[in-house]
Amino acid sequence: MARILAQTFPAMRILALLGLCAGVFAAPVAAQNGPLRLEITEGVIEPMPFAIPTFVAGAGGGGQAAQDISTLIAADLSGTGLFREVPASAHISRVTSFSSPIQFADWKAVNAQALVTGAVDVDASGRLTVQFRVWDVFSGQELGSGQQFVGTQDGWRRIAHKIADQVYSRITGEGGYFDSRVVFVSETGPKDQRSKRLAIMDYDGANVSYLTDSSSLVLAPRFSPTGDRVLFTSYESGFPRIYVMDLAGMNRRSLPSQEGTMSFAPRFAPNGQTVVYSVESGGNTDIYTMDINSGASQRLTSAPSIETAPSFSPDGSQIVFESDRTGRNQLYVMGANGGEARRISNGDGNYGTPVWSPRGDLIAFTKQSQSRFHIGVMRTDGSNENLLTASFLDEGPTWAPNGRVIMFTRETQGESGQAGLYSVDISGRNLRQVPVGSGASDPSWSPLQ
Amino acid sequence: MTFLKTLKTVTFLCAGLALAACTDPGRFDEGMSDLNGGMGSGMGSGMDGSASDPRSPAYFQQSVGDRVLFVIDTYNLTPEAQRTLDGQAQWLMTNRDYNAVIEGHADEQGTREYNLALGARRANSVQEYLIGQGVPAGRLKTVSYGKERPIEICSNEACYAQNRRAVTVISVGASS
Repeated sequence: MARILAQTFPAMRILALLGLCAGVFAAPVAAQNGPLRLEITEGVIEPMPFAIPTFVAGAGGGGQAAQDISTLIAADLSGTGLFREVPASAHISRVTSFSSPIQFADWKAVNAQALVTGAVDVDASGRLTVQFRVWDVFSGQELGSGQQFVGTQDGWRRIAHKIADQVYSRITGEGGYFDSRVVFVSETGPKDQRSKRLAIMDYDGANVSYLTDSSSLVLAPRFSPTGDRVLFTSYESGFPRIYVMDLAGMNRRSLPSQEGTMSFAPRFAPNGQTVVYSVESGGNTDIYTMDINSGASQRLTSAPSIETAPSFSPDGSQIVFESDRTGRNQLYVMGANGGEARRISNGDGNYGTPVWSPRGDLIAFTKQSQSRFHIGVMRTDGSNENLLTASFLDEGPTWAPNGRVIMFTRETQGESGQAGLYSVDISGRNLRQVPVGSGASDPSWSPLQ
Repeated sequence: MTFLKTLKTVTFLCAGLALAACTDPGRFDEGMSDLNGGMGSGMGSGMDGSASDPRSPAYFQQSVGDRVLFVIDTYNLTPEAQRTLDGQAQWLMTNRDYNAVIEGHADEQGTREYNLALGARRANSVQEYLIGQGVPAGRLKTVSYGKERPIEICSNEACYAQNRRAVTVISVGASS
């Protein structure tokens, strides 16, 4: 019974979130070409100082929401490692009205280069209206134009993430990733009696809810390109099979499989209709694709070696995968319909779990070398390999929607070893643990919502 | 939706699920597989019988030996493993009321996907050997747990060696 209760609550919340809508506030567009621009480069950078005075609460109330939303926007921005908040204690000006002129000299004096101002109001039916503006302090100009989001009070975190995405985007010129979710495997219990269940949360670890109970072993959930469905592997039948779950209705079904075979390691193609995955038969593992609606499958590799962990390029034309055909695991790229594969990884050690970035320019992977595990990135031709992390056991990278950050599983060593989720940016900076509240593994990052 | 209404819906759904579980013909005896191989607890359930009865699954597990171990990153059978499997084959040929699921496992070194594939190779090595010794293929199934079900939990070779295993889990055959 607990199983269904646990499933009902997230479904209800998802429905509530559908009520959230965004609208553009008809504000006059200020002159744009301000000099404020943060170029995200591979080199070490000094975080850009910004200030976000607590948003102004309207006549209808909203003081708590104003506090919470401002704090979360600041946390999103600071969490990237690209921005540094000028604390409220250092502020000279107080912003008491959203429409009052900005005292730019006061913000220059505390060295805030960017300023985010906003207002929060609650109407009689309890709906939140949140307005915001982003300012370039040194030129005294607005970046982009004022905007507002309207939503339910329950949805305040999403509104804050959407605003943070806008701020990030206006300053860096790149897409954000804060209004996104992560599906993962929640883990409890000691290593030799571990329970696993599918779970979903916001990108920052908030709002964890469960998609399955722990009665069957589940592995490696993967979001669809539109974020509405999840593929995963479950031992529900006693044997590993691939399932697809529709997140709105929490319905799931198994994909067709042949008796006596195992199927695992599924991922969607960018078209959201084709699934690429591994099938093991008679001890040999190869790569297949399946049309998720018709169930028709196509075999892409047939070698006596292990071929697994396939991932499509974002244009759908190629597939990167791992194979031990040379005796060690290496990464290969082949066409979307199979055919000859070219090896792209060339270093010592074993390479696995390749994932094509959403921008198409890089492939993230797991590397095992001399008893250490690394998360790394390389160009799609295998050049410029860059190892971002090192630990006893790091594996299973997933990309943020903007291709700037990678989340992965890190498992600690020994009898009390536990898995957790970490994120790191693609230059190897800003490694941090994602606070989940339990053991966690196998993250898959959604597209921007 | 009121709480009561929710509760009614939940009850209805649970009833539906339980029915589905009972009538699913593809469902395998998971409890048994977990007991013997998945968790490697070595505890006998009532169904396993007495370890002193040579016809019992408990005897198979404890006296014949239900598992073989593998060298790191390999799936070929050592001479010691082959001796154990000779005993398993003989037991299975004698006790025809039983079938078996061979579970392949890996140690924690390696990615989840690779270890699933490696565990399948190990289970398959055992299955092929048993078939070669005369056990009908129809009585044997394989499954890989990769690195998901370690029985030893330290992070060094002493534990890894025990975790790189294939466990033959006995179940009551469909014909009995």
